[in-house]
Amino acid sequence: MWSDLLLILDATLRMAVPLVLAAMGGVFAERSGVIDFGLEGKMLGGAFVAATVAHLTQSAWMGLLGAIIIGITFSMMHAFASVTKQGNQVVSCVAINIFAMGLTTVLGQAWFQRGGKTPQLPPEARFTTIELPFAEELRVVPVLGDIYYELISGHNILVYIAYIMVPLTAWIVFRSRFGLRLRATGENPLAVDTAGISVNATRYKALIINGILGGMSGAYLSTAQLAFFVKDMSAGKGYLALAAMIFGKWRPFQAMLACLLFAFAEAIQSRLQGVPLPIVGVVPVQLIQSIPYILTVVLLAGFVGKAVAPKAIGEPFIKEHK
Amino acid sequence: MNEKTENLVLVVLITTVNLLLAFIISGLVIWSVGEDPWFALKTMLYGAFGYDEGIGYTLYYTTNFIFTGLAFAVAFHCRLFNIGAEGQAYIGGLGVGLVCLWLEELPFVVILPAAIMASALFGAIWGAIPGYLQAKRGSHVVITTIMFNFIASVLMVYLLVNVLIKPGQMSPETREFGENGWLPQMHELFSWIGIQITPTPLNLSLFWAFICAFFVWRYIWHTRWGYEMRTVGANESAAVYAGINVDRNIIIAMALGGALAGFVGINEIMGFNHRILLNFQFGYGFTGIVVSLIGRNHPFGILLASLLFGILYQGGAELAFETQTIDRHMVVLIQGLVILFAGALENLFRPQLQALVRSLFKTSTPVAASG
Repeated sequence: MWSDLLLILDATLRMAVPLVLAAMGGVFAERSGVIDFGLEGKMLGGAFVAATVAHLTQSAWMGLLGAIIIGITFSMMHAFASVTKQGNQVVSCVAINIFAMGLTTVLGQAWFQRGGKTPQLPPEARFTTIELPFAEELRVVPVLGDIYYELISGHNILVYIAYIMVPLTAWIVFRSRFGLRLRATGENPLAVDTAGISVNATRYKALIINGILGGMSGAYLSTAQLAFFVKDMSAGKGYLALAAMIFGKWRPFQAMLACLLFAFAEAIQSRLQGVPLPIVGVVPVQLIQSIPYILTVVLLAGFVGKAVAPKAIGEPFIKEHK
Repeated sequence: MNEKTENLVLVVLITTVNLLLAFIISGLVIWSVGEDPWFALKTMLYGAFGYDEGIGYTLYYTTNFIFTGLAFAVAFHCRLFNIGAEGQAYIGGLGVGLVCLWLEELPFVVILPAAIMASALFGAIWGAIPGYLQAKRGSHVVITTIMFNFIASVLMVYLLVNVLIKPGQMSPETREFGENGWLPQMHELFSWIGIQITPTPLNLSLFWAFICAFFVWRYIWHTRWGYEMRTVGANESAAVYAGINVDRNIIIAMALGGALAGFVGINEIMGFNHRILLNFQFGYGFTGIVVSLIGRNHPFGILLASLLFGILYQGGAELAFETQTIDRHMVVLIQGLVILFAGALENLFRPQLQALVRSLFKTSTPVAASG
């Protein structure tokens, strides 16, 4: 029972990584007042580029770099359309998601001709697990030793990066000078503009960070969690991340907790399949699969508290006097 | 009057320029994977128009896009992003299939209206729930409708694998329903009047799509309800002061959108597949977004844009068949670019084109300049 629980929690931690990275990206974009449904596309694009570059260079790090570049590229498309050209932000996001879906499939088929799958990466070309010091030795310590060995040690580097990103994001958003401007831009862009700070430049900066994180979340899928890219690999995770962020009220730690909740729902799936539960009996696989989606709907419906978005979200900033 | 023409010219010009940009970039992608864009274009056009079978398929896809395009447009006039046409179409098809299986002993004239009502009802429910959650609970309709797409997909797998599957069969499909529940296909109609054409899935649903487009136009611009809906979309607080029930309009707009998307089921299930199967709606819902944005959310524009995407779909299938490297998903890529340029970046060349149109109208009709 104890070891089962540890394994489920371990899986939860790992499955939450792409959600956490993307959700932190979402925090930056939306705190600056730019809607970002495009995380799904960035994740998908990042996953494809990471797997392709890692395959070509045999280096997971180069893959990660490629994923970050494509993430920033998509973010900049979004920024250009919705910040500079003041286009509709939701439409721009939908465009990025559909574009990413088409591009990854078309290029995947054209380059590898395996029905949208990229070649399997050897262990050297992906992010493999890292044993933290003394993990084996400390196992003898009851409870804490197990937790250290199973939960804290033995993940790949991206997992650690993701969880470091949470306090880092919180610090940047709530404690740094940039964070103050970021939040002000999302709440009251006119005031920011009056103070002599460029609203659009702040939004661009936020979206660059957003692109980096979105791309990284994709790289995790194809070069850490799995060792290849398959089409539609992100399977809605970008949207789940965004939902987690909204549920976390645009705050990094709360968003992370929501991501962990989604990941937990995913992690128990394989455990619940075909297992008769008390009272309800065997739950159909499909119902278990739909838990994250139903959970999202229920959480967003605000049955657990009302979410208040940054005030200026979705509105392009238009200076009155040019 | 002149201002109206000026605007129309501007809209057509902007749309054309943006579409061209999207196509040029798509051409670059085709070129970059080592195919000849010119050959690709010719293949696509031939595939879409070159022979009667191609035309049939083109119009059959067009039918689906009219429904999903209208589904997006109706909600959009209320400032709602209905990304859920995919799921609404799927569930609508479930409704059609259930009616056809259940009533198959009855004559066609009874089944048809029942099936139309069922598809509308099922789709409407799938659209109205996110609408309700948006109106009453403030949950963003984009995320909710996307989640409803996923839920619809899982639900259909469950129903087809466990409940509706034809016994003794491996693939998750229902049995084929009786011929009383088949919507006549075009080649059958043509053969009744003595003209032989190659059988295609194109069926009577195309006319139903035209009728829907007409009614959506009437509804949005020529009824009180449509006016209320547009007011909510244009300015919610103004609508409140005018005594309009905002919540109710949001729910109605989403339900209507869902119902329209549900009609995809008539075309797919009653008109072609004659059974319920997995993923018959795949991709049509998302294309509806593109179609509506290009068509400026106006039924007439949607008809034209649907035809354009019917051509792209059928032409794209031909292209994928003819070449090794180009996948059917090329059309998804093109869609993404079209949404980007014609939707999100619609202001890209607006100032220049506006100046151009202004100068054209000034020189030809000096009256317009004064007004």
